Amino acid sequence: MAAINRDDVAHLARLAHIEMSAEELDRMAGELAVIVDAVKSVSEAAGEDVPATSHPIPLNNVFREDVVGHTFTADQALSGAPDSDENRFKVPAILDEA
Amino acid sequence: MSDAILSFEEAMEKYDPVLGFEVHVELNTKTKMFSSAPNVFGDEPNTNVNEVDLGMPGVLPVLNKTAVESSIKIGLALNCKIAEYCRFARKNYFYPDTPKNFQTSQYDEPIAYDGYLDIELSDGTVFRVEIERAHMEEDAGKLTHLGGSAGRIQGADYSLVDYNRAGVPLVEIVTKPIQGAGSRAPELAKAYVAAVREIVKNLGVSDARMERGNVRCDANVSLRPHGRERFGIRSETKNVNSLRAVEHAVRYEIQRHAAVLDSGEPVVQETRHWHEDTRTTTSGRAKSDADDYRYFPEPDLVPVVASREWVEELRATLPEPPAERRKRLQADWGYSDLEFRDVVNAGVMDEIEETIAAGAAASVARKWWMGEIVGRAKNADVDPGQLGVEPATIVELSKLVEDGKINNKMATEVLDGVLAGEGTPAEIVEKRGLAVVSDDGPLLEAIDAALAAQPDVADKIRGGKVQAIGAIVGGVMKATRGQADAGRVRELILEKLGVNA
Repeated sequence: MAAINRDDVAHLARLAHIEMSAEELDRMAGELAVIVDAVKSVSEAAGEDVPATSHPIPLNNVFREDVVGHTFTADQALSGAPDSDENRFKVPAILDEA
Repeated sequence: MSDAILSFEEAMEKYDPVLGFEVHVELNTKTKMFSSAPNVFGDEPNTNVNEVDLGMPGVLPVLNKTAVESSIKIGLALNCKIAEYCRFARKNYFYPDTPKNFQTSQYDEPIAYDGYLDIELSDGTVFRVEIERAHMEEDAGKLTHLGGSAGRIQGADYSLVDYNRAGVPLVEIVTKPIQGAGSRAPELAKAYVAAVREIVKNLGVSDARMERGNVRCDANVSLRPHGRERFGIRSETKNVNSLRAVEHAVRYEIQRHAAVLDSGEPVVQETRHWHEDTRTTTSGRAKSDADDYRYFPEPDLVPVVASREWVEELRATLPEPPAERRKRLQADWGYSDLEFRDVVNAGVMDEIEETIAAGAAASVARKWWMGEIVGRAKNADVDPGQLGVEPATIVELSKLVEDGKINNKMATEVLDGVLAGEGTPAEIVEKRGLAVVSDDGPLLEAIDAALAAQPDVADKIRGGKVQAIGAIVGGVMKATRGQADAGRVRELILEKLGVNA
């Protein structure tokens, strides 16, 4: 059975504020199910003795000293922004959240 | 529309409050949690950012070692266990305060867990608050809502985003449900947040300035009928950002919940917004599937392993805990238990310590803060430390009094001038012409006149009834419009009448 169904996709779309039509949900449910099932095959390859990991290399404690490095200017920071005002990113009002 | 509320007393008769707090502490590291951009408050928008803070494609975070050490120190100061192994996680949500569409946080593997804090209430009662966890995460950018009703998100046309704060290291401290506080719940709430603030300030890991958002509190409140085990439905009041507001918000929510429950309705599980102006909360966002953050371990960061040696090294650097510091300060300053508790409850212990460090005597510092400034702060409805009185001002004022340049009455007038922004004490003395008349000439004239006006009193004093001198001193003070040094006037009168007293 697919690990992702149409309801899951609709839920994720809502979380991500992405509007999707019924056809898109159907199509995406199918495509995502294939992808998730493919990834799931990894768990078949890994035996009981292989612990789950979040990083491919066995490293710990990769730290940076607390020393100030480079920054952007406000112009540089905003250079890719669709809109800006007063050196700040201008975004549409989001009414249903705070 | 405002919500119905019950009186606090009635709410307490019927219900038992359960509290919970999430306190966010901004660390005062030089750089951000995962990038080398500066962690500085108040700079021009979007100038303390680089590609990591802006979540540009292909960038990798690298963890700030000092931030980890500060987090461990906080955990130790909260009597927590420090995780030998922990990871970061992505908290996914879509809102413009994070350009990455996720906040890098910790989920099921906090760096510190299972601690407690003993909170001393105003009458000396000690209440233990259990700490569930303290975890590392990053702050979000700052949104300003514009258009529509000013500053409120409702009705705003658009928002402007400054990412200077994005990526600033945070430690979020979460309590276990706090039960049994009863009618002292609002006081305990304030005392708890004050204690956390005191601890992080004392550790030197945060500037701990609530007015700048260095310490921010989300307060959870629920009620249950007396005797019931099961918790009621809670509300979470967000961003209650002063100690007084914490107390007021908890009190208000208790009263509001009580009214809802009394009406037979269930409490809605939701976030509430705190409004300092009306001291009320309004409904924010209902808890819903929008709170599904799809946490997963952050693949761009490696685990943090805190060896026991490292933890012990950090433990050895911890400063004197605040409770012990209080004992020491009380002994150093020579205040009685009652005097010292009043100082602590008035929230001016740090201010008095700074004032003494600036050169004032302990008794002088207490007299000014407790006798003058606390009352003025109360009238102005702010915390005493926020009134704007600098330790140096008090030292200067008390020096002026000691040197006989002004008397105590004038000094309080000068303090008002300082608070009104008229300048330094010396400048105000000058501008307002407040100097004590120190030249004996005019004083002697005034004394002669006062003695001549009340010959019977003069005779009494000559006859040994020195206590009658008040009437003459009063006459002189009146004649000099309060600008004379009363002690000197007394001396001169006795000299004049040839009385040894």
